[in-house]
Amino acid sequence: MTNGWVDMKNTDMMLIMGGNPAENHPCGFKWPIEAKRTRGAKMISVDPRFTRTSAVADLFCQIRAGTDIAFLGGVIRYALENNCIAKDYLVNFTNAAFIVRSDFKLPADTDGVFSGLNAATQSYDRSTWNYAGAGGGAHPDSVATYAPGQAAHGANPPAPTLPEKVEYDLTLQNPNCVFQLLKKHYSRYTPEMVERITGIPKEQFLKAAELYTSIRKDGDMKKAGTIIYAVGWTQHTFGTQIIRTAAILQLLLGNVGRAGGGVNALRGHSNIQGATDMAGLFDNLPGYLKVPTPADASLEAWMKRITPTASKPASWDSFNYYSNTPKFAVSYLKALYGDAATKQNSWAFDYLPKVDRNYSWVQMWDDMYNGTVKGMLAFGMNGVAIGPDSKKNIDALKKADFLVVGEIYPDETSEFWKSPGITKDEMKQIQTTVYRLPCAGFAEKDGSFTNSARWVLWKNTALPTPGDCRVDQAIVAQIFLKIRELYKKDSGKFPDPILNLTWNYSVPSSPPLAEVLKEINGKALADLEDPATKQQIKAGQQLPGFAWLKDDGTTSCGNWIYSGSFTEAGNQTARRDPSDPSGLGLHLGWGWSWPANRRVLYNRASCDVDGKPWDPTRKQVWWNEGQQKWVGNDVPDFKVDSKPKDHMGPFIMNPEGVGRLFAPLAAFADGPFSEFYEPIESPIDNPLHPQQTHNPVVKRFKTPDDKYGTPKDGYTVVCTTYRLTELYHYWTKNNPMNVQLVPEPFVEIAAEMAQEMGLTGGEKVKVTSIRGEYIAKAMVTKRIKPMMIDGKKVYQIGIPIHQGYRGIAEDEGKDARTLVNLLTPTVFDPNAYTPEFKGFLVKLEKA
Amino acid sequence: MASSRRDFLKIGAVGGTAAAVFGFDLKPAFAQLRELKIERANETRSTCPYCAVGCGTIIYTIGDRAKNVTAQVVHVEGDPDHPTNRGTLCPKGSSLQQEIMNDRRLLKPLVRRPGGTEWEDISWDDAISEIARRVKKTRDETFVEKDAAGHTVNRLESIAWIGGCTDTNEFNYLVVKAMHALGVVHLENQARV
Amino acid sequence: MSQETLRIQKISGHAGSVPGEDTQRQYTVCKLIDTTTCIGCKACEVACMEWNDLPFGETVFDNSYQTMPETRWNYWNLILFNEHEREDGSLMWLMRKNQCMHCAEPGCLAACPSDGAIVQYTNGIVDFQQDKCIGCGYCITGCPFNIPKFNKETKRVYKCTLCTDRVSQGLEPACIKSCPTGCLHFGSKDDMKYLAEQRAKQLRDHYNFPKAGVYDPPGVGGTGVIYVLHDASQPELYGGLPKDPRIPLSVKLWKGPLKWLGNIAMVGGLIGLFAHYLRYGPKEREEEAKEPHEGAQP
Repeated sequence: MTNGWVDMKNTDMMLIMGGNPAENHPCGFKWPIEAKRTRGAKMISVDPRFTRTSAVADLFCQIRAGTDIAFLGGVIRYALENNCIAKDYLVNFTNAAFIVRSDFKLPADTDGVFSGLNAATQSYDRSTWNYAGAGGGAHPDSVATYAPGQAAHGANPPAPTLPEKVEYDLTLQNPNCVFQLLKKHYSRYTPEMVERITGIPKEQFLKAAELYTSIRKDGDMKKAGTIIYAVGWTQHTFGTQIIRTAAILQLLLGNVGRAGGGVNALRGHSNIQGATDMAGLFDNLPGYLKVPTPADASLEAWMKRITPTASKPASWDSFNYYSNTPKFAVSYLKALYGDAATKQNSWAFDYLPKVDRNYSWVQMWDDMYNGTVKGMLAFGMNGVAIGPDSKKNIDALKKADFLVVGEIYPDETSEFWKSPGITKDEMKQIQTTVYRLPCAGFAEKDGSFTNSARWVLWKNTALPTPGDCRVDQAIVAQIFLKIRELYKKDSGKFPDPILNLTWNYSVPSSPPLAEVLKEINGKALADLEDPATKQQIKAGQQLPGFAWLKDDGTTSCGNWIYSGSFTEAGNQTARRDPSDPSGLGLHLGWGWSWPANRRVLYNRASCDVDGKPWDPTRKQVWWNEGQQKWVGNDVPDFKVDSKPKDHMGPFIMNPEGVGRLFAPLAAFADGPFSEFYEPIESPIDNPLHPQQTHNPVVKRFKTPDDKYGTPKDGYTVVCTTYRLTELYHYWTKNNPMNVQLVPEPFVEIAAEMAQEMGLTGGEKVKVTSIRGEYIAKAMVTKRIKPMMIDGKKVYQIGIPIHQGYRGIAEDEGKDARTLVNLLTPTVFDPNAYTPEFKGFLVKLEKA
Repeated sequence: MASSRRDFLKIGAVGGTAAAVFGFDLKPAFAQLRELKIERANETRSTCPYCAVGCGTIIYTIGDRAKNVTAQVVHVEGDPDHPTNRGTLCPKGSSLQQEIMNDRRLLKPLVRRPGGTEWEDISWDDAISEIARRVKKTRDETFVEKDAAGHTVNRLESIAWIGGCTDTNEFNYLVVKAMHALGVVHLENQARV
Repeated sequence: MSQETLRIQKISGHAGSVPGEDTQRQYTVCKLIDTTTCIGCKACEVACMEWNDLPFGETVFDNSYQTMPETRWNYWNLILFNEHEREDGSLMWLMRKNQCMHCAEPGCLAACPSDGAIVQYTNGIVDFQQDKCIGCGYCITGCPFNIPKFNKETKRVYKCTLCTDRVSQGLEPACIKSCPTGCLHFGSKDDMKYLAEQRAKQLRDHYNFPKAGVYDPPGVGGTGVIYVLHDASQPELYGGLPKDPRIPLSVKLWKGPLKWLGNIAMVGGLIGLFAHYLRYGPKEREEEAKEPHEGAQP
């Protein structure tokens, strides 16, 4: 989230879409309710089903799953047509005025794709997606995109660069300025087109567009609106672009950086924010540093590629915070390899694995299916159940040599070899060795979680582990130390990183997590002095924050964005001061928030160009003329001594310094603006360009398990999957209290559809996709209606994901339960690599 | 109070006659209440392991953590000081007591051998030792030092790690650290899906 | 401890006045349920089950998000769901937390023949004392809200205690504590009435619910649980909330002019006959006569 849970109480308008916070984040949802109760805020719920969020919303629109870009594009068009935009914000804080190269082409002019598509390789040459201007030297290809399949080995072509001095037109009249291109691009998303694609009647859509943009009526800047989403947006083959569209809308309305504004991702689990921050994903190093590729022949080459230089109008300033990238990278290598990371060996740069192809979730299972991946370690992760295409995952595991599962309950993954349908004889053919290790529950471990608002909060151990269970960090440490011991004893392939990895914990076989957090925060390896303030830090002391990091090997830091979390003053994440003097819900003394304990990102944009808050009743930060610096209730997300007249952009992580309505060059794999494409399985051709129905860069997998259905094969019903408030993923099916609330799996079906099928609630239905089938009881409801999609009547159904073949009810054996993810397709978003769990095609019959 | 509750009501009943005369009775009536089950419990501040709201919880354990005591969780409740949840919990958070004290918990390491149809017991030492040997063997057989174009890549494509949603930051960091040292590139997490 | 803090003001089956009545001033407590901000998450259901250590029972899928058709002896707090289509075609998904209403004039207490089996504390909480319960089930007949439920194994009747153990120690009931959206509030009756009226006014003035109002039925002397409804003129939409609940006539007779008969009945062994009259005689709701819920398990 750019903002935070408590901050939602400051909002005047909520667009909740691609998320269902009342059910999936009930305790966070108190703050939207609070905004309704205390500010008279309005809430719009857009969802394929009328959910428990919709039940308390002021306006509900039923949307066809996967058509969110069309809806949001329509709202953008409405805002532009009706002058509900933040003009000053747009001109000064976004790239609206930047001029784009004249050879850049929009999908309207190029058969539904952006300029530069290579249809054969299904990838874009993105060099035309650039600003016009002089100079170069910026290296914006920091986001390499990894297409599925094997990489073509070889040197990367030299990355095109952003111009140092960008041409611009502050009147926004130049036909090739970002603003005009944006206007032209989204002018195609008329209310009629929105209705054809999304199924939302035009009048209903206009009500929603009018309501949401009413906060910026005639450009008045007082009010703020927030957009709240979750995996209903990410789990598509264009998921990142849906979020892009939301970001464009929020920039257009001047809502980013504002209290009660922002683009707010509701992450689904207690610490996947932290897992992402810590680089639990193949394409990152901790703190979102991009992994090196084989073509990065040296540390210098890697740094040159991923460290941007400023790109902006000549008279403006840009902080370009990522210019500090080498400090973060070298400090990380020092944290990993200590004294073995020297200037001579480029801080052990060769120890880092180099990545030039996709290794993400779906690809990983494909690689196991095809024999590349031979062993898997799954800790607290039920990979078979989580899908997509559980059958492919089970088939892949059958081919693996070994699987190590760390869990607290019996789960589907550790028992894949006895999943429904596998006979005793077949079981004997499965050669996989499976280790199942009993781990510790959350109450039996300490450590920190990072919530969706980026608050890092320490938790304490309440009781010891039961039985023979061990805490997870002990298991991983013991396995690693055993491997290291083996490499010490007998030589093996490239043992250097294993032997030299720092492991200086007081209990090496079970590292105390507070010591790990200290390592993540970072420390001085030599005496340091700040030349400006003369403040000194002695060698060995904890660093106060990432501003102290150096690229000369005198600091170590496990994750630069967490620098400041465990300082000489102690564990900042364990702070418990609930006070909130500003009343804005910032709570700066409660835990610690990355980066630098600031609670609302881009908060410089909460002020006008002169540094005065847009809304004096919600003062976050402001320019203090007397002190000549930025001060405030929050920690300013800005260079504190940058005078407003210097015109430094508030979006300090972008080399432009401003928000990107147009995302240049390599920022995204599939377009600098968002364009509506159909889900990979869709009931109609794309009404915008029937010859280009799908996202052109999305690739399909090719094993016999990878199949994709079409309406021609009889798959005509749109299906979406989701969680219920009563249950938590595949976990609470072990908890009698929760099982009592939702005892059986079900499928939600529109009353009209049930009537056509002669189906009554409680009867069993069979849902079939081209990949598999799922049987559950029908929940016949008025909360889903049939839709008219491009003149065709289309039904949608919804299935909660929670049941499987291990759990209380499952083990009672009342009926064979299968996984919903037997139905879902193996295809993913080209930017975030998240699979398309939403909006696939099925057929439905009585079971 | 020396008298039992039953006595009270008897007195009350007798007093009834008096009350009828004088209009009121000075001896109040009390009923038997359930004792507050967390009265002597220990409080531990924790964070709910489910969604990303990150609600503060208080875990109530009985037993004073003396050497000879194994704590039991009797109740879990929202932490009223926590700015986000302000003491509230959802239906999953409210059932955390049962999540912690659950008779379905795995309690010992198990192994399923190739072709096996049942789980078998294995000691921790054997399990860790076997896993370490398998990892080393697989790594030594498949480690890629240079790619086809001759670039140094130092990566291990044959072993995958998938991490869970409730791993702490510190655990995630340790895993990434250890996996990068091995050269693992198939490194993924719930965060992706 | 706890015995010192909750005094009784009404006692079932009790002759004469209540001992200690009116010797101490106490606030009447009240639970406010704002159905317009309820998200039906069932946190209150689980919190109730968890805090009160209620045993688990079996449930079955019933084409609804509702956990079970009605409360059980071991399930005191249940959210009722109803999909309601408004005249303009828009859909409302109404959710109402159902539990003991803690009536100011409790029908259960009036109907109960056992001395001290049902008491009302001076703070308004109506509480069942199972060690005094004789399992006759009259309270079930006396309740206009279908709340008390019989357990066949223990031959006792159970219901929400409003967490007397917590309230007596200055804590709010478990359901209130858990409620994520704050649709549940707890405080003095006066405060809750004020809050409820304010919210209803906001709904009428700003959220297009011209009939929003507060449910605090006078037929039972007002309740210790009050609701804010989007449409106070149709409480039935909310899982059959009775529009004008009253203590059944049979119970009124039993406690009024025919009380002497009851006394004789208790002593003279006429109990069977009289119970039959009470349970199958004139009644307002058919289901009340039903045996305790079959799905209930000890």
